[in-house]
Order: sequence, then C-alpha cells, then structure tokens
Amino acid sequence: MSEKKTNRRDFLFTATYAVGAVGVGAVVWPMIDQMNPDASVKALASTEVDVSSLNPGKTITVLWRGKPVFIRRRTQEEIAEAKSVKLEDLKDPQKDEDRAKDPEWLVMLGVCTHLGCVPLDQKGDYNGWFCPCHGSHYDTSGRIRKGPAPTNMEIPKYEFVNANTIKIG
Amino acid sequence: MSDHEYTPKSNFGKWFNDRLPLLTLANHLTDYPTPKNLNYWWTFGGILTFCLITQIVTGLVLAMHYIAHADMAFDSVEHIMRDVNYGWLIRYIHANGASMFFLAVYIHIFRSLFYGSYKAPREIIWIIGIIIYLLMMAAAFMGYVLPWGQMSFWGATVITNLFSAIPFVGEGIVTWLWGGYSVDNPTLTRFFTLHYLIPFLILGLVVLHIWALHVPGNNNPVGIDVKKPSKDTVPFHPYIVIKDGFALLMFMIVFAFFVFYSPNILGHADNYIEADPLVTPAHIVPEWYLLPFYAILRSVPDKLLGVVAMLSAIFILAALPWLDTSKIRSAVFRPLYRQFYWILVADVLILGYVGAMPAEGLYLLIARVATAYYFLHFLVVLPLLGYKEKTLPIPLSITEPVLGGSPNLATAKNDERLNK
Repeated sequence: MSEKKTNRRDFLFTATYAVGAVGVGAVVWPMIDQMNPDASVKALASTEVDVSSLNPGKTITVLWRGKPVFIRRRTQEEIAEAKSVKLEDLKDPQKDEDRAKDPEWLVMLGVCTHLGCVPLDQKGDYNGWFCPCHGSHYDTSGRIRKGPAPTNMEIPKYEFVNANTIKIG
Repeated sequence: MSDHEYTPKSNFGKWFNDRLPLLTLANHLTDYPTPKNLNYWWTFGGILTFCLITQIVTGLVLAMHYIAHADMAFDSVEHIMRDVNYGWLIRYIHANGASMFFLAVYIHIFRSLFYGSYKAPREIIWIIGIIIYLLMMAAAFMGYVLPWGQMSFWGATVITNLFSAIPFVGEGIVTWLWGGYSVDNPTLTRFFTLHYLIPFLILGLVVLHIWALHVPGNNNPVGIDVKKPSKDTVPFHPYIVIKDGFALLMFMIVFAFFVFYSPNILGHADNYIEADPLVTPAHIVPEWYLLPFYAILRSVPDKLLGVVAMLSAIFILAALPWLDTSKIRSAVFRPLYRQFYWILVADVLILGYVGAMPAEGLYLLIARVATAYYFLHFLVVLPLLGYKEKTLPIPLSITEPVLGGSPNLATAKNDERLNK
C-alpha cells in the first residue's frame, strides 16, 4: 500500500477524532464544572461585622464562606511583640505591617494552613495561636513559627466600612 | 473455566441454556475444581462477599431514613437511632460492618502476601483487588462524613485538604471537591451520592476479580500449580461451600459481638457532637483501618511529600507482582521471606498504633522508622530476596508429600523444575 492512497482517509479519520474529542469535551465539562461553587454559594461571598463592642485583647470569630475568621483587637504588647520579630526567624517571612493595616486590628482566616483545622486563641509558644491537630504554633501576627504548617494564616480581603464595621470579602 | 461440556438434563433447561447459558455458569461454579489443601485463610473471599452484601442491604435501608442536608443529617441519624423501628440495629450493623469489612480485607491481603497469590499468572486478580481496596477506603471515608458529627466534618476537612498540597492547582481542586469555600452542604450531598455509587462499582469489580480468579484457579498453601481436575482438587460444591460457610459463621459471631456488646468501641465519641465549623476537636484521628497510612502521612515533615508518601504506600502494592522477584510463591518454602513477612506485619501494626497517638516525640520517631521500613520491604528486601534466598524444595503435587515419594526424589524433581 502506498502512502498516497491512505492520505485522504487518514485525514478524515483525524478530523473525525478531533471533532469527536471536542464534542466529548463539551459534554464532559458541564459535568465537571457543576461541582464548583454555585451562584448561591458565591453570593454569600462577603460579610459585615460590627466590632464596636470589642475591647483590646479580645477576639471574635465570625463565619465567612463557611470558614472562621478571627478578628482580634490586639494589645500594645502584642503589637510590639509582632513588630519586634526579625524576618530571618520566620518560616514564611512577612512584616506585621503587611498583615495588619491598622496595627490594632488583626483580621485573618482562622484556618491552619496545614490541613485546615481551627487554631486555638492565646495558646502556644508564641502567645498567638496553636493548632491542636498537628501542633502548629502561630505568633501574635498569625505567622507560622513552629510545626508542620507551611505558611502564615491567610489574610482575607477586608475593609473598614466605618469606624465600627468591618466588611470581609 | 470448566473443561467439560455441560448439558442440562431437562428439555426446558436445554432450551433455556441454548439461549442464555446461565445453567452452564451455575454448573461451572459448583464443579469448579479447587485445591484440596485450602486452609481457613482462604475463606475470607467468601466472607468479604458477605460483608459487601451486608453493607449494600443495610445502606439501602438507612438511605430510606437519612437526609443528606447539612442542617438535617445529624438529626436524621439520631432519628434512625431512636425512632425508626430497629434503626439502631441497622445502623450499628452498617457502621461496624465497615470495620468488619476492613478486618476481613486485611486478612485477605496478608493471606495473599504470605502465599504469594499475587504472582504470575494472578497479577490481574491482585490489581483488581487493590482497586477494590482503594474504592473501599473512599466509600468508608465518605460514609463516615454522612452523620455530620464533629469527626465527620473535621475528618472531611483534613482529608480533602490533602489535595491542597498539589502545586499550583491544589487550592482549585479542593474548592471543586467542596463545591464551596469550606466543607459544607454541597460537599455532604456529593459525598452521599458517591457513597451510594461506590459499593456497586465494587460489586462489578468483585465479579471481575472472581472471573479473573477462575481462569488460572485458586492458589494454595503449597503455592504450586495444580492439575485440574485431578487428585489434587475437590469440587467447589459441597467441599468449599461448607468450609466457607463454617468460617462465615465464626466471623459472624465476632461481627455480632461488636454490634450487640460494644457498637461504639471502634468509633469516636466526638462524632456524637454535631458538626461545628468553628471548633476543631482536640485530637483528630481517622478510623482504625486507615491509621497506618495516616501515620505515614504525619511522619513526613513536608506537606506535599507527606501526601506523596501516603499515596505511594498504597500504590506500591499494585507493583508488588514485579517487585517480588522470587519464582516460589508460598512463604512455606521461603525461609527468609517468611521472617521478613512477619516483620512487615509487625511494622504495619506499629504504624497503626502510632497513627492513633499524637505526632510528637518518641511516637514520631517510631512512625518515621516504621515508614522507612515499610518502603524498604517492598523496594529493597523483596527484589533482592528473589536472587539471594535459598528456597526449600517444593513438592510436585499437593498429594505427593502425603502419599509418599522420598524427600530425595522430591528434591531431584524440584531441581529439575527450577532448571526448566
């Protein structure tokens, strides 16, 4: 058999497979994408919190997108402690100023970056948070200091709507 | 498959069998020649079939009363326990049935490891078995999430977060698995769907597993090929049916003990507290049957490498037929392998124990040594043993060592076989 004779048929086969693959892909994608967050889940993407009753040294935990968010009004000592840490000592170097826009207020996801447990407030070797699941210690800025977690606790997008209200998301 | 042609006796049987040869299949299954020296470790295949049917039947009934919704799941399980007629019994059978299923599958797997049942020509049976085992773990994990207790919720959170270790796409995959930004109602409903589906996938694979088994026939404690049918075999019915049935009864006594006398001993008290996304229980532990792999996960200090190690520990089993280079199947004739086999058993038990303990101090050290040994066994010990080990002479048939033939003759025959 010479190659020329099969060329036309080869082209038809290849074209058929290609169209078939696109068709299968177009049918499979909706089946996969339906598992992604739906419109009603996305609609709950922001939360407003009244923080007027929060005194220094206190934390409140609010639920945002099904996850806990810690809002802590830090004391002067905690702020000083967080600022005094050298960046070389950190596993995931990040300045305290980059984590707390207003140093008095620390707003972060209360989710351990290891496997997603909720760390405990005012515990651990660094006066910050301690995760009971696999023993990660975080400092007063929520930065990972010791244990298996790879990164600092995440800072969500948030803003002060007015002096008493924080909008998360 | 049967070598002889089967013809039904009745005219209707003939008519039917010509159109759909179900009677030929039934005849194959009853007459199926089985090695006559199968011991009780060989009864766990039948026991596992019983476990699967039990889970499907009790699961079906539970699904009639369970409500897969984050706000109602926990209450509906309590409703099953308190209000539904015999609901407590059915749920306890289902929950303990999962543990019994794994108990039986671990015995079944370690039987294969001891007698070399995974070796040629039974590699496909073995690999199908590993796929079934993986599906069992997936089904058990998702089933554990359904009561929506604290362990359900946080177990689901920790296990799904394992995927976040994948570079670049990890976070996206986790969000996709959750159908949201945390474990929540969409996660529960899809887990329920998959938990319902997987047992039927397993059922299909069990058919393939048995089909693949019936091509070469059963391995046996001596580990040699037997001629079928011959003096070395007995028909499956009634010999094996009776033996399997007796073993199943013994197994059911153990099963019933757990269901009636300590139905919660294998569970965690935390799972009787409704899921709370704001509070993590102090000590998260998976069910006992996943503990060895959990220990491997935690023994590696890096998040991604820990996940890789845990998955490798399971997938390495699929490569076992090629990692074990020895031509001799049964550990009975492998004096060195026999010792390493028991070390592996101890190693897995130790991993299971430290998996239940906090990952710190001495426990962590033990977990690391045991993890290293686990991989050493499969990647170094088994490949080398095939070349280094001086194996014992194997008999020519199952009958020979019992009915005579001098040991010298046996040795001579054995050498002849090995030189082939």
